[in-house]
Amino acid sequence: MQFDQLLQYTLSGLATGAIYALIGIGFSIIYNSTGIINFAQGEFVMLGGMLTLFFLELLKLPLWAAIPCSVLASTLGGVLFERLAIRPLRQPTPINLVIITIGASILIRGLAMLLWGKDTHSLPPFSGDEPIAIGGATILPQHLWILGITVVVIVANKFFFYHTISGKAMRACAYNRRAAGLVGIDVRRMVLFSFIISSAMGSVAGIIVAPLTMTAYDVGIMLGLKGFCAAIIGGMSSGLATVVGGLILGVLESLGAGLISSGYKDAIAFIILLLILFIRPQGLFGKADTERV
Amino acid sequence: MKRELLKFLAFSALVLLAPLLFKGGYLMNVLVFVGINTMLAIGLNLLLGYAGQISLGHAGFFGLGAYLSGILTASYGLDPWLVMPLAAIAVGCLAFLIGFPILKLRGHYLAMATLGLGIIIYIVFNETVELTGGPSGLSGIPNLSIGATTFDTDIRNYYLIWTFTLVIVLLAVNLTNSRVGRALKAIHDSEVAARVMGVNARLLKVQVFALSAVISSLAGSLYAHTMTFVSPASFGFNFSIELLTMVVIGGLGSIYGSFLGAALLTLLPELLRGAQDYDIVIYGALLMAMVMFMPGGLVRGVPELVRKVTRMKGRPDHA
Amino acid sequence: MLEVSAITQVFGGVTALDDVSFCAAKGAITGVIGPNGAGKTTLFNIITGIYRQTSGRVTLEGKDISGLPPERLARRGLVRTFQNIELFGGMSVLENVMVGLHTKSSSGVLSCALKMPWSIAEERRIRTEAMKWLEFTAIADLADVTAGNLPFGKGRLLEIARALAVGPAIILMDEPAAGLNSRETLALARLIQAIREMGITVVLVEHDMELVMDICDRIVVLNLGKKLAEGTPREIQENPEVIAAYLGEG
Repeated sequence: MQFDQLLQYTLSGLATGAIYALIGIGFSIIYNSTGIINFAQGEFVMLGGMLTLFFLELLKLPLWAAIPCSVLASTLGGVLFERLAIRPLRQPTPINLVIITIGASILIRGLAMLLWGKDTHSLPPFSGDEPIAIGGATILPQHLWILGITVVVIVANKFFFYHTISGKAMRACAYNRRAAGLVGIDVRRMVLFSFIISSAMGSVAGIIVAPLTMTAYDVGIMLGLKGFCAAIIGGMSSGLATVVGGLILGVLESLGAGLISSGYKDAIAFIILLLILFIRPQGLFGKADTERV
Repeated sequence: MKRELLKFLAFSALVLLAPLLFKGGYLMNVLVFVGINTMLAIGLNLLLGYAGQISLGHAGFFGLGAYLSGILTASYGLDPWLVMPLAAIAVGCLAFLIGFPILKLRGHYLAMATLGLGIIIYIVFNETVELTGGPSGLSGIPNLSIGATTFDTDIRNYYLIWTFTLVIVLLAVNLTNSRVGRALKAIHDSEVAARVMGVNARLLKVQVFALSAVISSLAGSLYAHTMTFVSPASFGFNFSIELLTMVVIGGLGSIYGSFLGAALLTLLPELLRGAQDYDIVIYGALLMAMVMFMPGGLVRGVPELVRKVTRMKGRPDHA
Repeated sequence: MLEVSAITQVFGGVTALDDVSFCAAKGAITGVIGPNGAGKTTLFNIITGIYRQTSGRVTLEGKDISGLPPERLARRGLVRTFQNIELFGGMSVLENVMVGLHTKSSSGVLSCALKMPWSIAEERRIRTEAMKWLEFTAIADLADVTAGNLPFGKGRLLEIARALAVGPAIILMDEPAAGLNSRETLALARLIQAIREMGITVVLVEHDMELVMDICDRIVVLNLGKKLAEGTPREIQENPEVIAAYLGEG
């Protein structure tokens, strides 16, 4: 095993890990403000990529315009989802919420398939595909875009949660929804906000990864699940822990695929997911809750 | 309890007579799958509808049953009738062992963990090529036979599968109307109160998880022997979701509802022939619509709807 | 006899209970009272195995039961009712009580599914016995009603019937009179006394002072997680510290 190869796997793992982190934070934001695990989260990732393609090819927009349009459109999808499916739910038991978000995810995926077909598409890279040498390894400019944009999104996210009124209100909801409601925070509005933010983040993730991995109507399942895995490693935190979780997952997957077998690559994420849920459900970095028998 | 028996007898009569109606046409083949899916839906319903514990990995147990039967009979030449119970026991034991850590989780976390389990099993089917034939599948699985009768036609398979299905229906109806069934429903309604009453909730959940895996495995073995071919695609995440849809549409906590859901979802693609790609959209829309407008499923929702409609028409004059 | 010794419970830095000890004598009615936030429900949750205490011991008839889960406690004859009643809402009233007989029956998954003769006999037996408890709590006429549709007062009675079906040596009731009108409270008082007549030890947390003073043999007063006083109703009524704690609350 050569150092170069190891470096190569690690670098590309970090880039995919950043994507998982973005998706995972999306999961956490909704979970923290509503207690819902949104099984449709991955579909917004898919929508990001596919809608960019749609704006790019069918409406002939330039890339710099297609991307924000796609983020906006996906976010609108998130708003509709919250308004039409989550909010009107009469019996919001966990099982009903699981089923309805699964239903939504299948519906969105199915509609995407009807609209855009089953083919795999690729987005053009944002700035060429000339490989860049780092040490003995090479990376693509798109990798840098992914890392850069992830950092920007995460910093913006942090700023929002800690320095704006709405962000602070959402954090209050995460700690205690009832208490937040009692001090006058419009909890339902915060729920809507959380869907807006996470669908926007998901679509960004989908857009920046599409030039590397291609996109299709069904990429949302796997990406979504791995994003969830990142969030679980991070203890459903909407901050750094989930980012680290995503990066760990990305690197492990990349190393596993390179060193062990690429066929079992996807299994790695799920084995980690099960292990964490069984052994440390509070996440890798979290403290255990007060024990309740 | 008399009523339960009558219901079961009526259902059995319907099942036995159905082939006469369809005169052994193409639909017979579809009805075989309705039987298999009914078994699977009942298995999942015991877990989800009665004990209130979700699983998005049941396609995995179904697949394990199918592959164990397929591999041991096709590649190792063992007797299918011997392998079937052995596979069911093996899958049951596996589910029992995994059940303890996995059923500690609740709600959304349980959903994700079972989903992960299902996908891991699916990946194993794809990757252990020497055993399973990988993505291209495993063929040459023998049909079941009793004496000189080989179950190799649709009509024979129909009676074979539905014999099993009816037995499962009967056992499930018995179980749900018993001490164990009540304890399960109690866990669903209030786990803490059930435990205070002395119900070992943890053990019972694991037992039902294992039982529903056994039923799934059995259905898998039967599937393998009727199809004589299996491939991983039949046991993926999508099929777990399809099973969930059947249970939800039919009605959580209703055995005959599981049959309704299974029948509807198995027949739907046949009705949509030519518009095949729409089925995924329809599943999604159905799932959402059921949860939003008919959370009790068809078995409860339709009678309620009928009642509402008749009430709207005003009181009937000759009632 | 239920003995609680030196129970301390800390929730993330907040001491909910601080070194609380008391005894509930066999066959007596013991009341636990105290202002809101005194730690009464926490204490109940510890005794009944819902929470695990930070330190201290609970013994029943001299045997250590600390840390046992609720289902094991039920088999040892300790049951409870809940402040916000926890019925099995989807089942009939009768079936609710039949779940209470879970530990007094034994048919497993297989014999239930196969409807073995002994399961059928057992089913018949627990149905009759459940009916008996419904009659005892005077709700037998509601046997076939879905528990979720019961009026609150009847729900309370059902919870008690269900707990009695377990065949307890001791029953803990968390605010059984909450939400009841005065007529229902009176009936409840009689019911609790009838339960004691059967030799069952009763421990209750209650806010209704009249009820507590009326039926309890002994009273334990908690305030801010500590035991403030213990004694007969008369002693408690005259205890200046208790009076101060209640007046202080407003």
